[in-house]
Amino acid sequence: MPNPKRRHSARRTAARRTHDSLRAPGMAECPNCHEPKLPHRVCQHCGKYKGREVIEVAEK
Amino acid sequence: MRHKKAGFKLKRDPSARKALLRGLVTSVIEQERIITTVPKAKAARPLVDKMITLAKRDTLHTRRQAASFLQTPASVKKLFDKLGARFGQREGGYTRITRLGWRKGDGAEQAMLELVGSELVKRAAERAKRREDRLKALKEGREEEGGEEKS
Ligand SMILES: [Zn+2]
Repeated sequence: MPNPKRRHSARRTAARRTHDSLRAPGMAECPNCHEPKLPHRVCQHCGKYKGREVIEVAEK
Repeated sequence: MRHKKAGFKLKRDPSARKALLRGLVTSVIEQERIITTVPKAKAARPLVDKMITLAKRDTLHTRRQAASFLQTPASVKKLFDKLGARFGQREGGYTRITRLGWRKGDGAEQAMLELVGSELVKRAAERAKRREDRLKALKEGREEEGGEEKS
């Protein structure tokens, strides 16, 4: 099987990884409880979506 | 070539996929709402809608068509006796999919597939009470165990 001929420098590794960073997801604000929530999904904090659609969340 | 034959395979062969979807559709009709993964909900949704469309015309033939897909006689009965009338005036869009977030174990995104008009009534209080009862029962059981060990 083919194998690497030479070791990579630390700089080469770092250069490759310049594009690997993760980006924070775009959060929306829950209209009900004003906590940050993901758009188009039920609010994890209060369990509401578009006013109702309550997925029951443990009280407190 | 399978060009332009998109759809949901759900990692199953055709018979397993059909069985899964029949089960999901039967559950939606019986329970009004189910929680499953997003692709499964999306795959089951048009099938649920088709069943309800069948139910709008209650004849022996349409009943047999529904019964050949649904897995329980009770679901066929409910479909024609309740849902046909309930959705009689509605032109499609009998179901709703709501994304719920990601499952803990494998990170699969969950969704709720429900019949429109079956919005949740608050059952949190009821559920909290059940849990309390369960915890109490558990505690009592443990105390009994502890007592036995001492004696
Ligand atoms: Zn909220």
